[in-house]
Amino acid sequence: MATLTLLLTTLLATFTDLVPIVAVMIGFQVLVLRQPILNGRRIAIGILYTLIGLVFFIVGLEKALFPVGELMAKQLSDPHFLFGVAETPADAPWWSYGWIYLFAALIGFSTTLAEPALLAVAIKASEVSFGAIKPFHLRVAVALGVAIGIALGTFRIVTGTPLSYYIIAGYLVVVIQTYYAPKLIIALAYDSGGVTTSTVTVPLVAALGLGLAATIPGRNPALDGFGLIAFASLFPMMTVMGYAQLVECLSMRAISRRKNAPPLPKRCGLGRRTKSNESKTGDSP
Amino acid sequence: MSFDNKNIRALYRSPLILPFLWMRDAVRDLLPIIGVIGFFQLFVLQKPFPDLGEMLSGVLMLVLGLTFFVRGLEMGLFPLGESLAYALVRKGNLFWLLAFAFAMGFSTTVAEPALIAIAGKAAEVASVAKLIGPGEAEKMTYATHLRYVVAFSVGIALLFGALRIVRGWPVHYLIIGGYCVVTLLTPFAPAEIIGVAYDSGGVTTSTVTVPLTAALGVGLASTIHGRNPMVDGFGLIAFASLTPIVFVMGYGLFLFGIQG
Repeated sequence: MATLTLLLTTLLATFTDLVPIVAVMIGFQVLVLRQPILNGRRIAIGILYTLIGLVFFIVGLEKALFPVGELMAKQLSDPHFLFGVAETPADAPWWSYGWIYLFAALIGFSTTLAEPALLAVAIKASEVSFGAIKPFHLRVAVALGVAIGIALGTFRIVTGTPLSYYIIAGYLVVVIQTYYAPKLIIALAYDSGGVTTSTVTVPLVAALGLGLAATIPGRNPALDGFGLIAFASLFPMMTVMGYAQLVECLSMRAISRRKNAPPLPKRCGLGRRTKSNESKTGDSP
Repeated sequence: MSFDNKNIRALYRSPLILPFLWMRDAVRDLLPIIGVIGFFQLFVLQKPFPDLGEMLSGVLMLVLGLTFFVRGLEMGLFPLGESLAYALVRKGNLFWLLAFAFAMGFSTTVAEPALIAIAGKAAEVASVAKLIGPGEAEKMTYATHLRYVVAFSVGIALLFGALRIVRGWPVHYLIIGGYCVVTLLTPFAPAEIIGVAYDSGGVTTSTVTVPLTAALGVGLASTIHGRNPMVDGFGLIAFASLTPIVFVMGYGLFLFGIQG
């Protein structure tokens, strides 16, 4: 019975999510485009599938993962578990929270792999690149980024260092990487920062952040609990660009190993491939 | 009958086998998270699962849900986004294209449940910090305004993103420029609004909006002559997670003034 109520309320919530989109589309269809949509019936069935899928997915999360995951986040940050005493010692060193960092990284990695929005973007990217970008590889790259980001975010809550230092340093790395990464990946890398923070990851990560900020002396849950999500959207940009750089470098190495191949462009090392650089290597006998 | 490749391929396409193949992918995607939760519960915390039956039925629903979702994407939201992009480009009217982008961004965000939750929490925090009055009515107005600011900013993001695809501006200058604005605003904005601002950037991209936005961007970039869908088609989601941070902090500065 409880499951049925949950199913119905989730259906209603997802449906209200979908209504504005459908309204805008029908409005434009009738007022501006005045053209029937190709394959309208198939598309309608597809949207119905998406709706059913999302409802089942969200109810499954509520039943299977969120209760256990949230309880787990609380128990792991509990001083009883970490130190065996009722109150966190004020001078506890940062490394005594080892389990928290491991849990943060693993939960970030595994929830991102199950994130439906990321799956959608990965499928689209593989379609557009004619299979050059493997959906699974891209998602693993993003998941690694989220894992690093959330582990570092919990470290920040434990040590109490200012959020802005990490974020500004992270953006600096992103700017530098943008300069060296293959042009094709840049927009996709930026997008993958935004899709990681949706259905699966946010509730579990928020529970971890709030639980941690509540138990460590001197932290304010309202101010320190939120930073984790910012970390989870920053680091995937780095890992996705890094993944593209690695793939490009490996394929260039493979080409240069063939006979009569042009010499390896400097791009794989530190230098950036420029016009003058290319012509120099081409002219040499 | 010999089992050459053709027969096996035909077998794979048969309606009896195909659903299991789709489900296999969903199972593979969900295994890591189940493994992590199981490992920590049984080996680190050393506690049994509170309700195993409930958990197993939930996992089954997760698998079914992910399978339906992916099938639905390929049948519904992806082709819809692409055919709309195609129809709008063929219409040849930039105004309507931008109007559509804005309407989609605004309408999908303004009623988003996660945003409503965050706006309510933000009103609570602002009221405790005495930035706004303690009354329920004042909190309500603040939360509603905040929601409209975020929805407006997502509309602007998609409008700007669509214009970028049409004009072919490079995405990284715009995004990096935007984050420079964020880092410049952060020290001046009131501390109570910074957390909300960063969080609202994350909640605007819901699971329904993302596939449609991606399909729209890629559709635009592959229909407009001289645009590369890989270079120009992505980036809309990045805009939609950036502009709310800027707009909410700007709104906080406008409302409460510069804080130490």
